[in-house]
Amino acid sequence: MKEVVMLEEENGGVVDPRLQAIKAAIRVVPHFPKPGIMFNDITTMLLRPKVFKDAVEIFVDRYRDLSISAVAGVEARGFIFGPPIALALGAKFIPLRKPKKLPGEVISESYVLEYGTDSLEMHVGAVQPGERVIIIDDLVATGGTLCAAINLLERVGADVVECACLIGLPKFKGGCWLNGKPVYVLVDCRH
Amino acid sequence: MACGKDGEQDSRIGGIAASIRVVPDFPKKGIMFQDITTLLLDPKAFKNTVDLFVERYIGKDVSVVAGIEARGFIFGPPIALAIGAKFVPLRKPRKLPGEVISEKYVLEYGTDCLEMHVGAVQPGDHALVVDDLIATGGTLCAAMNLLERAGAEVVECACVIELPELKGREKLNGKPLYVLVESR
Repeated sequence: MKEVVMLEEENGGVVDPRLQAIKAAIRVVPHFPKPGIMFNDITTMLLRPKVFKDAVEIFVDRYRDLSISAVAGVEARGFIFGPPIALALGAKFIPLRKPKKLPGEVISESYVLEYGTDSLEMHVGAVQPGERVIIIDDLVATGGTLCAAINLLERVGADVVECACLIGLPKFKGGCWLNGKPVYVLVDCRH
Repeated sequence: MACGKDGEQDSRIGGIAASIRVVPDFPKKGIMFQDITTLLLDPKAFKNTVDLFVERYIGKDVSVVAGIEARGFIFGPPIALAIGAKFVPLRKPRKLPGEVISEKYVLEYGTDCLEMHVGAVQPGDHALVVDDLIATGGTLCAAMNLLERAGAEVVECACVIELPELKGREKLNGKPLYVLVESR
């Protein structure tokens, strides 16, 4: 499997028109959540039913024949994209959540932020050893959250097949792996 | 409640209800928490849940599905996609970038707040509000207010689970509520 596949680079440089529409539907909000950050906002894409549907379809087409039994989505925007993909694949959906949101027994993985640390949790028993899983989030930036997600799944013996995001920051273009797992991104971030 | 002809319960409801796990004393003592994550681990139950909502709303001129953070984000988008509606996330404060409108609501102790993007919905939009569960109805009421302030018409609220003893249904300003499972 290619390391980072941006559909823009396939087909001899002819861009899939669905990707152009997805990229155009993403809104950039400057200085959010703090000065200097150009936030890539996917909520405007969710207001375009055809574009949202196409984004889901691109992921479903990629994973349909890969025997994926579970889709893990990172809270909260991974909850928007993960479930439709899971439903189309006939797979389980596993929410990966901020601390103290999941009831019952959980396992927890800490990760480093610019200042301080945060933590991601998953239910004990959500996934079994050997299950093939993809991880979904809206955007990959530093990769810290996705790495924590990969770790959670691997700690219980799951086989993380790929991490998939709609948007990737520039360092993910041209090939980047996280914890030895490939990352698949539809579009690069807008500035 | 989801019923077929002659008021009989739809045959899919039993499996959906059975897939929901109750976790005692979460988030605090005395609360029997209705956990839908076990439903999400059962692809057939999850599909049936979405299908029941889609069958109800498809072709009914619903232009917006508004989902309440965070579990409304799990059920809302599949419904929106299937019926060709916009999906609008309703979020806790300071999560949505850009211009928002904000609606306060009362908790057992203190208040909380729900936000929606300015411009997400317009007058003339017909909206469905989706969450996993209705308890007291405070959050759903705040969600309806946000949509109505932006000029949309709220057609119905839809939840997987209702806790009828908490009478949340009465908080909805006469708007109809559709649920799949009642938990007493």
